[in-house]
Amino acid sequence: MSFGVINGELLKGFFENVELFTITLLFALPLGLIIAFGSMSKVTVIRGATKSFVWVIRGTPLMLQLFAVMYVPGFVFGWQIPGDNPRMTAAAIAFVINYACYFSEIYRGGIESIPKGQYEAGQVLGMTKTQTFFKVVLLQVVKNIVPPMSNEFMTLIKDTALARVIGVVDIIMTAGSFSARGIIWPLFYTALFFLVFCGLMTVIFGRIEKKLDYFHS
Amino acid sequence: MAILEVKNINKSFGKTEVLKGVSFSLEEGQVLSIIGSSGSGKTTLLRCINFLETADSGKITVDGDVLFDSDSTEKMTAKQKRDKQLSIGLVFQQFNLFPQYDVLGNVTLAPKLRAKERPDFKKNKAEIYKEIEEKAMKLLAQMGLADKVHNYPCQLSGGQQQRVSIARAMALEPKILFFDEPTSALDPELTGEILKVIRELAETNMTMVIVTHEMNFAKEVSDYIVFMDQGVIAEEGKAEDIILNPQTERLKAFLNKVNDK
Ligand SMILES: Nc1ncnc2c1ncn2[C@@H]1O[C@H](COP(=O)(O)OP(=O)(O)OP(=O)(O)O)[C@@H](O)[C@H]1O
Ligand SMILES: [Mg+2]
Repeated sequence: MSFGVINGELLKGFFENVELFTITLLFALPLGLIIAFGSMSKVTVIRGATKSFVWVIRGTPLMLQLFAVMYVPGFVFGWQIPGDNPRMTAAAIAFVINYACYFSEIYRGGIESIPKGQYEAGQVLGMTKTQTFFKVVLLQVVKNIVPPMSNEFMTLIKDTALARVIGVVDIIMTAGSFSARGIIWPLFYTALFFLVFCGLMTVIFGRIEKKLDYFHS
Repeated sequence: MAILEVKNINKSFGKTEVLKGVSFSLEEGQVLSIIGSSGSGKTTLLRCINFLETADSGKITVDGDVLFDSDSTEKMTAKQKRDKQLSIGLVFQQFNLFPQYDVLGNVTLAPKLRAKERPDFKKNKAEIYKEIEEKAMKLLAQMGLADKVHNYPCQLSGGQQQRVSIARAMALEPKILFFDEPTSALDPELTGEILKVIRELAETNMTMVIVTHEMNFAKEVSDYIVFMDQGVIAEEGKAEDIILNPQTERLKAFLNKVNDK
């Protein structure tokens, strides 16, 4: 088999990784914010329920969660995940929930690290709570969470390879099928795809950090 | 009529009674200093007047307008509260500037947001903003910061930051300006510039309430001094009398302690 063909197949597999990466971010970033507000809620029940949920999700392996989303609905309720690519859908659901919980902790840390004085200054200057949040607090939170978010993004692209355990044909799975036929090198060659992707993200996050470097709390 | 009237304020945190019936009043254009040892409740008193804490009981009136009255059953809406908030200004010990705005932005942010509520805002937006900025520039010049308007807080000294925060509070034209130990977060050599600014404000007949540990400054700049001890006003009177001729043992002991330092 030629390098070009194998390369093309691997690229096709990597598209699955990138797709899962993109879907996860698209839904987990906003969902994480909702969970963060839940875990900071003044209502004890909401706060307790949210924190327990986050604890369970962060305290169990993502691989287990993938199996759970893929098989539990079918076994227990006889319900199949709809769509023409149920494996990708199941993987996306598990990833979104899992990453939303991690993001929520980052958001919470970012929000709670804003000194109380910032809110109080907004208040004594006659600003509404909403104005204070959007005009004063938000950008400081963004600045605080860029470095940990950058870490999570890197972990996420590598974690997407885990989706192969429920049959998503990602780059590693594709490479694995070559190994089974005695062609070993593609498996190690996949590292290059991840490295380039992470390198790109490092550059982008570096730019963002630099852009926000004009102020310090 | 007094511009500020504080009547019988009580405030507890859990079981700790911090304010036990504090009353005082202040005439327009006068400066009142609040002195007292650490933990006597000075900050809590200012915070109660500035809506940062809610007093358990008592009444606060500014210029005839009731800011707080524990006997009243009417509940203020958030909007009413904000309107009343603007009649008083507060300068924090820790400045609390907004780090992502430059000096001018810090001073104009709240007035610009406020202007959005004006009925003629859409029509005259550019003009209104220009007016706000010009006023801010004037205030900053008055604070000796004309050349710093485009700097960010992290590029300023503590003294400069505190002057920005004074300009920021002044930009909303409060009837009374409150200061909570405006110099105690500063290096000793920087306190002078803040005291000078406050002195100049006093000369323009700005009504002010200042919590301070600087006894000489309090004596010189204020008309009245209130001495707080363990949640009550233990002694009050004309500034000179309080500092030079204390009557109560508690005030004498406090002044001795401060002078020893
Ligand atoms: N949010 C709070 N919760 C519980 N106790 C508080 C709170 N705020 C203040 N206190 C207590 O109230 C008392 C008075 O505090 P306050 O800050 O008003 O004193 P202060 O006169 O301003 O002192 P200092 O000169 O040190 O600033 C202190 O014993 C303090 O521990
Ligand atoms: Mg204090």
